[in-house]
Amino acid sequence: MAKVVLKLGNDVSTDVIYPGRFMATVLPAETPQFAFADLVEFNAKLKAQQIPGGSVIVAEKNFGCGSSREQAVSTLKGHDLVIVAENFARIFLQNAVNLGLRLIEAPGIAASEGDELQLEAETVLNKTTGKSFRISPLPQARQAIIDAGGLVQFTRKRVLSGMKK
Amino acid sequence: MGMTVVEKILARASGRQSVKVGDVVEPRVGLAMSHENAALVINQFQEIFKGTGLEPRIWDPLKIAIIFDHRVPAESPKTASNQKKVREFVASNHIDKFHDIRGDLGGICHQILAENGYVRPGSLVVGTDSHTTSHGALGAFAFGIGATEMASVWSLGSVLNVEVPGTIRVNVNGTFPRFVGPKDLILHLIGKISAEGANFKVIEYHGETIREMSTSGRLVICNMSVEAGATSGIVPADAETVRYLREEADVDETLDIVEPDRDATYERTIDIDVSTLEPQIARPHTVDNVAAINDVIGKKIHQVVIGSCTNGRLEDLAVAARIVKGKRVAKNTRMLVFPASWRIYQEALVRGYITDFVSAGAVVMNPGCGPCLGVHEGALGDGEVALSTTNRNFKGRMGNPNSEVYLCSPAVAAASALAGIITDPRKGDGV
Repeated sequence: MAKVVLKLGNDVSTDVIYPGRFMATVLPAETPQFAFADLVEFNAKLKAQQIPGGSVIVAEKNFGCGSSREQAVSTLKGHDLVIVAENFARIFLQNAVNLGLRLIEAPGIAASEGDELQLEAETVLNKTTGKSFRISPLPQARQAIIDAGGLVQFTRKRVLSGMKK
Repeated sequence: MGMTVVEKILARASGRQSVKVGDVVEPRVGLAMSHENAALVINQFQEIFKGTGLEPRIWDPLKIAIIFDHRVPAESPKTASNQKKVREFVASNHIDKFHDIRGDLGGICHQILAENGYVRPGSLVVGTDSHTTSHGALGAFAFGIGATEMASVWSLGSVLNVEVPGTIRVNVNGTFPRFVGPKDLILHLIGKISAEGANFKVIEYHGETIREMSTSGRLVICNMSVEAGATSGIVPADAETVRYLREEADVDETLDIVEPDRDATYERTIDIDVSTLEPQIARPHTVDNVAAINDVIGKKIHQVVIGSCTNGRLEDLAVAARIVKGKRVAKNTRMLVFPASWRIYQEALVRGYITDFVSAGAVVMNPGCGPCLGVHEGALGDGEVALSTTNRNFKGRMGNPNSEVYLCSPAVAAASALAGIITDPRKGDGV
């Protein structure tokens, strides 16, 4: 069971997830402190470790739009958050696949802060409202990178197999 | 079955006769661009080689471009240290296409790539910046990627597991009215199809308006195609592309013009007639919150920004300079101008634009990303409103979540700077 800790709307940009003024901080180990820095209360809870790993942010359409900054993914991954949205912007989705941030695309998703979600393979069940939402599977091309444990591992294998040829 | 331009580019870059939407390919990369975030790319590149027993090796240093633009000159010791790390990496890996913080070579990455002739029609360009879509203006398939993806490109020379995107065809016809141009066109399109209307798709631009548009204007529309979610925007290369690369970018090698097949398949076709288009404004806090200027005329503004990879080219500065020449920026309004490159800056000096701006009370800043992304300079105060020719107006974009950013063309920005309120440039006195 996973609790919805934040509910957001359409077009949540990477400027909101990880404001530009923190972009000089790049390393995945250092970015989590700035997650949603301008949502001051939520950021404070994250930093105080009051939000357990596996908690869920629910959003509507086009989550992660805007900049290609990978910090927007590493900052959420660092808190082990799961994002459930109607759909995701392209670069953010690819960065999440590459770094292993769990994204769930669930068209029509309806949930409020505090709701308990059951995240299954093909559906998201909102235990609080009793409603269930079908998950759109990731394209196979992306699933292969997730299965490898991320793009660093995927490419490492390719580099090594290239050497053997 | 016929192919679109991007399908043709992907087929060729992947060594295939043809591809269709949804195919998964591994295209070879023609150019791989990064800016300051090369610091993170270097980190991830070294991670890839960890435990392999191999020395990290770049597939082809000649195909990598690194440009400092986001925070120049460095705003903090942290940025300066990252830039130093990148500089050392560039030297030890023999990366020649490196543009440091210099008045002769520097500028914003997307302008630097174009004006130095680094982009070829028909090639595949990736960049660790979402506005890499700009280079579709030269007939390339260009898209933004993250830093880890770039580290993978540096290692392999290809992009792994690319799904061939569908294409939306946009036909643009008619002649722009006075003080209406490419920025108004792209804002109009984004407003029409929404910020996610082209997500995971390519927008291919056609029509007489596009054929007659300069490369400078094409860079505007391809740059902002990503604001409709597009993987890329592309203008099929033509005589203007050849002219630009020959005359303005000193490219003398043979150019490969890739056109779409007549029977190419498009997911959707959109027709736009610009002959009745009005100046367009994107209101806070999304780029698709677009209105004709009449809806926002008179809005009080505190800061006007003219520049960026979207509208910091000579054409843009010329329009703005003509409007402010001999006049004064309104009291309690700040006007900031940042050209897209030092080459443009120098030409603007020669043509007198810089004097026109400064005499009017504008502050001319060094070329770079400047205030656009709120990192470096030109931040807004609480409750302040900016009117800007840049490409994003997300909450907090200019460094303060308690401020607002409106987006517009250089003509609207300049006319509004003089009045201190959003002003229709068509109603100016004798400009």
